[in-house]
Amino acid sequence: MLSLGIIVKIVIIVDVFAISLVVAMYATYAERKVAAFMQDRLGPNRAGPFGILQPVADGVKMFMKEEIIPNVSNKFLFILGPCIAMMTACMTSAVIPWGKGLTISGQFFPIQATDINIGILYIFGVVSIGVYGIMIGGWASNNKYSLIGALRASSQMISYEIAMGLSIIALVMTTGTLSVREITEQQVGWHWNVFYQPLGFLIFIICAFAETNRAPFDLPECETELVGGYHTEYSSMKLGFYLFAEYINMFISSAVMSTLYFGGYNMPLIGRFVHDPNMLSILGSVFLFGKNLLLHLLLHVDSLDITALPL
Amino acid sequence: MTLSVFYFLAFLSILSALMVVISKNPVHSVLYLIICFFSIAGHYVLLNAQFLAAVHVIVYAGAIMVLFLYVIMMLNLNADVEPHKAKWLKVAATVSGGLLMIVMVGALRQSELPVAGADSSIGSINNLGLVLFRQFALPFEISSILFLATMVGAVMLGKKEIH
Repeated sequence: MLSLGIIVKIVIIVDVFAISLVVAMYATYAERKVAAFMQDRLGPNRAGPFGILQPVADGVKMFMKEEIIPNVSNKFLFILGPCIAMMTACMTSAVIPWGKGLTISGQFFPIQATDINIGILYIFGVVSIGVYGIMIGGWASNNKYSLIGALRASSQMISYEIAMGLSIIALVMTTGTLSVREITEQQVGWHWNVFYQPLGFLIFIICAFAETNRAPFDLPECETELVGGYHTEYSSMKLGFYLFAEYINMFISSAVMSTLYFGGYNMPLIGRFVHDPNMLSILGSVFLFGKNLLLHLLLHVDSLDITALPL
Repeated sequence: MTLSVFYFLAFLSILSALMVVISKNPVHSVLYLIICFFSIAGHYVLLNAQFLAAVHVIVYAGAIMVLFLYVIMMLNLNADVEPHKAKWLKVAATVSGGLLMIVMVGALRQSELPVAGADSSIGSINNLGLVLFRQFALPFEISSILFLATMVGAVMLGKKEIH
């Protein structure tokens, strides 16, 4: 029976991993396509129908490109930077409950990698390590623009972490727990935390914009002043890792928001129509996923240049 | 299993602490110090103090070391601009450091460390909160006043001169 538990756990972890990677991939496609429509362009339309294979083509291109490591850079740290960025982006999803749980052959398996009693602090710890990916990469490039971009990015991230922590403290005080699963279970029905903590949610989402370096907080990647920001010297898939980590961070932070403030996997009213617990929890996961995508869209909206609408 | 993890973490923390002192480049020193903090957080997890581990990572590895790294990267310190210290100073530092170690070892060798028993929830957030707000309520509040004073001081130092 132990082996069944391990297999289910591995399947859940791989699924969460795959879903966040695919969503991050198609977030780039959606952003380009929507921005194109708003600016009266066509956007990516060559690879596959409606350019639907564009992210795959981008990935292949990233892998195939020549890798350039500057001679004067610190080689080990130069490679370590994007690795840390990617690793921390993927690590956060471990404590998020993606669904209530499945009952397989009489055993109950929660759809979550692990439920630790300090889940929220774990998320904060991982986010605060994520700063190092950018800082180490920017410093190891041995380039002034990279360094200034890295300092901007990291100072922004550690400053907004404090405000984010304070907004979470209000949430922790009302819910009385640090476990993400317990916070989700307290929001059954319409008892979503966003109704009890609207200001906290507002602060949290602003900080999420700043943490993921999205517009209007995109100063670290200022092309006009800093060439390209902290990833000026990076090429090939190492650059891809930095860009990809940002999109994964956006997806994970929208997942954190929908878990903490929008009821997580709790789907109001569905209990009246569906009675099979497995079906219920799968529907809950789908509902959570839908909320994630909506919040994810919100994170994108600001980066789309609304003033450039063809009016 | 736990014992081998402990030995690995102990080895890692001592090695990285030594590398903090030995490495020539200040940025490398800071990075080794970060590894040292992480291995200490691992020790906390082994002692069932997950809260302490998480806070240690957030505060020390996540905030304070970032500021360290920030300053060192901005100043761009390296071996060339390092001020050279006199020979006798190095010898004196080594002797006094060694003496401190002898005192520590001598003090800890005879002392009996309290064993926390088999209660695995001793370091959990619930127990910690109860102990902090019942047994140690007054020191806790006094330390919060200390933090307030620090914050006021930081704001005063950061403020520009007002004429």
